[in-house]
Amino acid sequence: MPETLLSIENLSTVFELRGRSLFAKPVELKAVSDVSFTLDEGETLGIVGESGCGKSTLGRSLLRLIEPTAGRIVWQGRNLTELSDTEMRKARRDLSIIFQDPVASLDPRMNVGKIIEEPLKVAEPSLGRGERRRRVEKVMEEVGLAPQMINRYPHEFSGGQAQRIGIARAIVTEPKLIVCDEPVSALDVSIQAQIVNLLKSLKQRMGLTLIFISHDLSVVRLVSDRILVLYLGRIVEIGPRREVFQNPGHPYTRALLSAAPIPDPKIARSRARTALEGDPPSPINPPSGCAFRTRCPIARDVCAEAPPPLFTVGADHRAACLFWEEVRAEGTAVA
Amino acid sequence: MTTPAPLLALSDYAIRFATPDGTVKAVNGLDLTVAPGETVAVVGESGSGKSQTFNGVFGLLARNAETSGEAVFEGRDLLAMSQKELDTVRGDHMAMVFQDPMTALNPAMKIKHQLAETLTVHKRVKRRAAEAEALKMLKKVGIPEAERRIDQYPHELSGGMRQRVVIAMALLCRPKLIVADEPTTALDVTIQAQILDLFRDLTSEAGTALVLITHDLGVVAGIADKVVVMYAGRIVEEAGVDQLFARPAMPYTAALIRSIPRVDREAEAVEPIGGRPPDLIHPPTGCAFHPRCRFAEDRCRRERPPLEAVEPGRRAACWFPFVDDAAGGPAPRTETAGA
Repeated sequence: MPETLLSIENLSTVFELRGRSLFAKPVELKAVSDVSFTLDEGETLGIVGESGCGKSTLGRSLLRLIEPTAGRIVWQGRNLTELSDTEMRKARRDLSIIFQDPVASLDPRMNVGKIIEEPLKVAEPSLGRGERRRRVEKVMEEVGLAPQMINRYPHEFSGGQAQRIGIARAIVTEPKLIVCDEPVSALDVSIQAQIVNLLKSLKQRMGLTLIFISHDLSVVRLVSDRILVLYLGRIVEIGPRREVFQNPGHPYTRALLSAAPIPDPKIARSRARTALEGDPPSPINPPSGCAFRTRCPIARDVCAEAPPPLFTVGADHRAACLFWEEVRAEGTAVA
Repeated sequence: MTTPAPLLALSDYAIRFATPDGTVKAVNGLDLTVAPGETVAVVGESGSGKSQTFNGVFGLLARNAETSGEAVFEGRDLLAMSQKELDTVRGDHMAMVFQDPMTALNPAMKIKHQLAETLTVHKRVKRRAAEAEALKMLKKVGIPEAERRIDQYPHELSGGMRQRVVIAMALLCRPKLIVADEPTTALDVTIQAQILDLFRDLTSEAGTALVLITHDLGVVAGIADKVVVMYAGRIVEEAGVDQLFARPAMPYTAALIRSIPRVDREAEAVEPIGGRPPDLIHPPTGCAFHPRCRFAEDRCRRERPPLEAVEPGRRAACWFPFVDDAAGGPAPRTETAGA
């Protein structure tokens, strides 16, 4: 039985935005609301949702790169939100992150060697220079970069190679958990596959646990064991990959899946589509009750009353919809 | 079988950029036609030349660019036109939609005025009538509460809504050709589906030809009649959408299709294309794809394969294309992973 590595309990992150005038009260934006889930050692959790749903804020909050407003982050039995800065810095060697824009996330004035060794200096200050260099060269090889490139600068690299540098930096401290925030979205299609495969093989080799944040459902399906779907900062569905894709319990998940393009003209022409109308509402002023009800094809009056709890709809599979049985009865979403 | 006269025909069309590092051969010897009412998807990765090709057609290239060849639209060569002539053709007969709608919208101008201006300038319609027409078009592209929205500024609208405004603007003069460059790439998937539905309806209703420039083969599959695949500034394959996906002829196309994960498949891995995109200043000898092609042979390294018909209605630039025996072409190569 795999061990629970991370347990998120009722996590909320609220941003205060300045009011419209100088004296107006600040406006609250609930980017993440009351999110709870656990993560087992060695698994990959995919977090999906549209822009503004809070997926990046969630990823950063659980590493305390953004300070959460409420809730607990229990990492190997310790609540990270209670750690002092020094203790947190120590804990960070186990926790890492990979960003979307590979070139922008690298300091242009540092060469590759310096960029990759930076987290190592913080995590293991006692390491000698030679040993650090050896570790850097080792991870460069692991991510498919020739160690001779160690003195080059970020601008000399293509997007795919720059992302390899970002990955090398993320794994150099031999972390246990890596949050991957849209790690392939800025890359060309043919390069995306290289990076996805690299992440998957590193995960195998190093026994990593991954949180994979992406708006691209097809990439998420390829890498994840479990899927978490966010809408306006709340979990609307969480469950095993195959279950969530084939037989979702939330109408939003179903709509997302039916809108995802499929590179097969015959299927693309014949598939049933749940067309969603309009745009997601503003997180500053979310609808009462279920936040999805304003775009939901099966919403009823009762949906406006209170945010629906997460119902158990299958084994290890939960969805926040009062009418989840109806959604499930619709049958296969995508094969 | 007679084909109608093309609406747009590029022949031996090339674009070069003079840079301090050398000449970038962005687009080379392109032959491409778009028939009236046809939806053509132009697919490629960054640096393939897909966007530059049509920026050139619209006269939107940077100053260090040089175009050659012909770009004939409704019988007239756009490259030989004066700026003034080009201005009347653009907007009036052909329109362009970009990835970022804000590049096409003036942030300081109400939607109403931007849309009406298109008509008052190009069609000499009176202001009042132009605004009425603009409102009608906003409704047609599915903007809710169009009466209220038309009085707003671009920043008050969401990304999807802005893209609808830009499409409305492009449609106002009833162009025969719309070129849309990654029009849904910046949008969320549910909004992308709405915009693609809109394009589908508009092309079938009004008979407008559409060139859709994209890197996303999923988008292509749902909307295109014909697909043109570009690599390193050249067309490497052209085929009907069903043919292309079922039986790609060029190894690059086949590899591209295999490299994308699918939302409707359980899979543990995808097959990436190795190597890196080509250097356009010093492109590889022979076939530009040969350093990344697992079928490459000596000839591929020495000689560049011409874009030739491999069977009726499809062209490929490959010395060893995958084609069916029945079509009478060269023998098919062994393919490990079926498309």
